Amino acid sequence: MSLNQFIRSLSASQQVGALFLVVFGLLSLATVILVLLSLRERSRTQDNQGDELRDLQSLLKTSWLMVVVFWVAWVSGERVALVLFALVSFFVLREFITLSPTRRGDHRSLVLAFFVVLPIQYGLVASARFDLFTVFIPVYVFLALPVVSALAGDPQRFLERNAKLQWGIMVCVYGMSHVPALLLLNFKGYAGKNAFLVFFLVFSVQTCMIVQHLVARHWRRRPVAPEVSQSFSWHSWAVGVVAGGLFGGLLSAITPFKPAQALAMALIACTAGSLGHLVMKALKRDRGVTNWGAQGLSSVTGAGGLLDRVDGLCFAAPVFFHSVHWYFDL
Amino acid sequence: MKLQLSSFAARAMNLFLLGLVRVLTGAQARWHGCPPKVEQRIYFANHQSHADLVLIWAALPQELRNVTRPIAAKDYWTRTPLKKWITTAVFNAIYVDRGGARPVAGAEAGETVPVEPATDPLAPLIEAIEGGDSIILFPEGTRGHAEEPQPFKAGLYNLALKFPQVVLVPAWINNVQRVMPKGEVVPVPILCSVTFGEPIRLEAGEERRAFLDRARPAVIALREI
Repeated sequence: MSLNQFIRSLSASQQVGALFLVVFGLLSLATVILVLLSLRERSRTQDNQGDELRDLQSLLKTSWLMVVVFWVAWVSGERVALVLFALVSFFVLREFITLSPTRRGDHRSLVLAFFVVLPIQYGLVASARFDLFTVFIPVYVFLALPVVSALAGDPQRFLERNAKLQWGIMVCVYGMSHVPALLLLNFKGYAGKNAFLVFFLVFSVQTCMIVQHLVARHWRRRPVAPEVSQSFSWHSWAVGVVAGGLFGGLLSAITPFKPAQALAMALIACTAGSLGHLVMKALKRDRGVTNWGAQGLSSVTGAGGLLDRVDGLCFAAPVFFHSVHWYFDL
Repeated sequence: MKLQLSSFAARAMNLFLLGLVRVLTGAQARWHGCPPKVEQRIYFANHQSHADLVLIWAALPQELRNVTRPIAAKDYWTRTPLKKWITTAVFNAIYVDRGGARPVAGAEAGETVPVEPATDPLAPLIEAIEGGDSIILFPEGTRGHAEEPQPFKAGLYNLALKFPQVVLVPAWINNVQRVMPKGEVVPVPILCSVTFGEPIRLEAGEERRAFLDRARPAVIALREI
């Protein structure tokens, strides 16, 4: 009996338990190694390596945070998970709006975005009305917000201001809301295991990002768009996507996919996520900042903004969701 | 019993407001040039919104918040019983009559005469400082709507002259006017920060104007940090 079949034969709760051990085991191991490294580092003084270590430490901190958050969401059920993701949406939209200058005339539209559009979108997700929640923002809100802005009577930079707001909502609310939406997909014979799908998506994309980051650090290639990102090269990007895809393929046992399907799905998600991350970098450069956590502020994660950590996911989730929804005809 | 109940309500309101301000704005404090330390201080900051008071209050750490009293414009903050209760019971604010220039009956149309409030407007501040409290002061006197703060009024100088031992800490409050522009009721979540800078001192024999012209740039400089 292969490992794959063995994992499939386990009950949902046994699978969850095994996953818990593996994930937290790996994280603890990484933490121990880093602590040892930092002890050794203290005796030497090499700036370059110190930087790298700090980088890894902040990455690890984020990973811990994300894993714990996902775990809490998982064990406490769909409703709580939805609320949790809604909160993440709220905080990343706050970061996005902070760095997108708005005018007084936008106030009502902003109130609408935060306190009406966001709750409705997550409400629609909770009701599992997929036909509605996939069009609510791109169709209805797309019209409603500019109307409210127009009624405020300020034509200055109208298109620009509205585009910013629409973008913020698309990325931070629409994109993010597709992650918990995965919990409500109805696969045959997969009841009670949908959280693995979220896990699959998050970990494939995160693996892709980390590998891309590490490759870009160690094998410097000519950046494709140096004005946007000093580290993005086709080489590191391809390695990252392939690594994320393979990782997803390995996880196929916990998904409703066959290994080849899992590989393809993970590749799609990683492509969308890593390219989305690049797009967000371009937005940040446009605003003249290096991360979303507002100028010089250390924010929730202690490593720049929350949006920096989840932007890839915001782009990957809708694409992944629709591929799955369409291919498996759910 | 009633007293207990109202102090409980004030504590609850305190927590609620702190939570609300943090969720909406983050209320980040950035200490550049001086640490958050329990000593008698006058924080002086730019003023663009009535919410400035709430933000700087929320940004201070607990130990400092307990000994720091913000200054609230009496006409605005006592308008409704709720505002009055919040400023007294929660913020422990000092009310100041803004006085300023008002049209005066009998004067020609459009002409304004500076009106001296019945008592010295600084009297409640002096009393608070003598009582050992730190205070939060907005030396512009009124909310500005321009990019840069308006010229500072003399209050800061007079207090510095009277209490040379009190440390004067400049502060820049960022973004608050975007959270709640004038005339709006519902706040929008936007990250705000308060940057505290290096303390300034009134030099021996320094003129009022010279000191105020030094204090204002000290506040503005913090915007860029």
